[in-house]
Amino acid sequence: MNAEPMLSPGSVARTIGQEVAAKYADSVDRESRFPKESIAAIKKERLLSLLIPKEFGGQGAPFFEAAEVCTALAQSCASTAMIYAMHQIKTSSLISHGQNSPWHRKFMQRISDEQLLLASATTEAGIGGDLRNSICAVETEGDQFALEKMATVISYGKYADAILVTARKNAEAPHSDQVMVAVTKDQYTLEQIGDWDTMGMRGTCSEGFKLICKGSAEQVFPKPFAEIAAQSMLASSHLLWTSVWYGIAGDAVARAQAFVRAEARKRPGSPPPGALRLAEATTLLQAVRSNIIAGLEHFALAQKSEDELMSLGFAVAMNNVKVNVSQAVVQIINHALLICGIHGYKNNTPFSVGRHLRDAHSAALMISNDRILGNTSNLLLVHKHDTSLMR
Amino acid sequence: MATTSERVRNILAQHAKLSVNIASLSDDADLYGAGLSSFATVQLMLALEEEFNIEIPDRLLNRRSFESVSAIAGVIHSVSGIREAG
Repeated sequence: MNAEPMLSPGSVARTIGQEVAAKYADSVDRESRFPKESIAAIKKERLLSLLIPKEFGGQGAPFFEAAEVCTALAQSCASTAMIYAMHQIKTSSLISHGQNSPWHRKFMQRISDEQLLLASATTEAGIGGDLRNSICAVETEGDQFALEKMATVISYGKYADAILVTARKNAEAPHSDQVMVAVTKDQYTLEQIGDWDTMGMRGTCSEGFKLICKGSAEQVFPKPFAEIAAQSMLASSHLLWTSVWYGIAGDAVARAQAFVRAEARKRPGSPPPGALRLAEATTLLQAVRSNIIAGLEHFALAQKSEDELMSLGFAVAMNNVKVNVSQAVVQIINHALLICGIHGYKNNTPFSVGRHLRDAHSAALMISNDRILGNTSNLLLVHKHDTSLMR
Repeated sequence: MATTSERVRNILAQHAKLSVNIASLSDDADLYGAGLSSFATVQLMLALEEEFNIEIPDRLLNRRSFESVSAIAGVIHSVSGIREAG
């Protein structure tokens, strides 16, 4: 019998964070490079197949475990955590929508066996960041397809093992009638068309590429992308992204708290000037955490009913989690900066929060909050606000 | 008097911004496949509420309710109690 206690995915991720990701986080940030060491450690611990059902070789863990891994990794390296989040958003789509297709079932088995890292090509030149529209189209001939996409962003495209690409269903289909297709590294070529030299999240290497791919027609997901977007992507992106941002903010607050405690020890009896602000920061941090947990619980409930998953109320709730958390984390890290003062402002001190702040500023932009609020405001024209406290 | 389905088709022609003529689609044709976007769906819901003087409850505010002319007519029937003879 195996007497070794089973570690939770969250604690495995925390160890990877502390022992690997933290060591390289500054060089990843400075050089704007792919965090290859921590992704290798994640693969070694088989965390890429965390959500894949056991029958396809994965661990079959519930969704919230992936959120916990995101938070744990983000405390050491936000880029690593965001790459992990983006991979899991793609596997969530596969799990929800690929189980009826023999090709996608085999693909899930491959992800588990080979720990394949999945990337996403949803944005396209000429559509202004709206992932629910495509210009490029899948061209099917017999049982084969071909596809070319000017993808303005494919995060870690060069380092991924497979890419999930959106496109119009065929050359005649309207822009909004999209499908998603999974392609493996041997089936595509990438020609770089854009670089990634940014304020933060510098390790995600979200460069632009001209993607050319071909493969078997059965690699196209059987469900329309609109349903994939509404039933798995909306919730999984907003919940995993916010879990990453919460991890960044949590580490900044931990640094601020360490600073305040050190001050308090130096001068017992007189409360340090940052103590009150730290208390205020923790009220915000707790609200963020509660918001994400409520979102995760709502998603778990909604997954039992396709109607709830496709409802306007669910979309409004997920949009609100994203907007609220993305705004709050910047505010929280700003408090941490004010508490740590010059030690927080300087790089390479135990209290530095510059990278945290730069990384967190991406939150309001990755799917622009203005776009999300525009979408929510449209939904609120018909959806009525639920005034009850408990559901 | 126009049938529910005819009135729905009129509303679709004005608000759904489809990429094809609504007249060319059968009552069961997939409106999303004809270019109905999620933004236009909301505008469509508002126009239906106005036309039929109804309020569509939250439980029916989902993608499936608006996927075809017959699905929309079904929603209107269930909310308003309108039933057609025959």
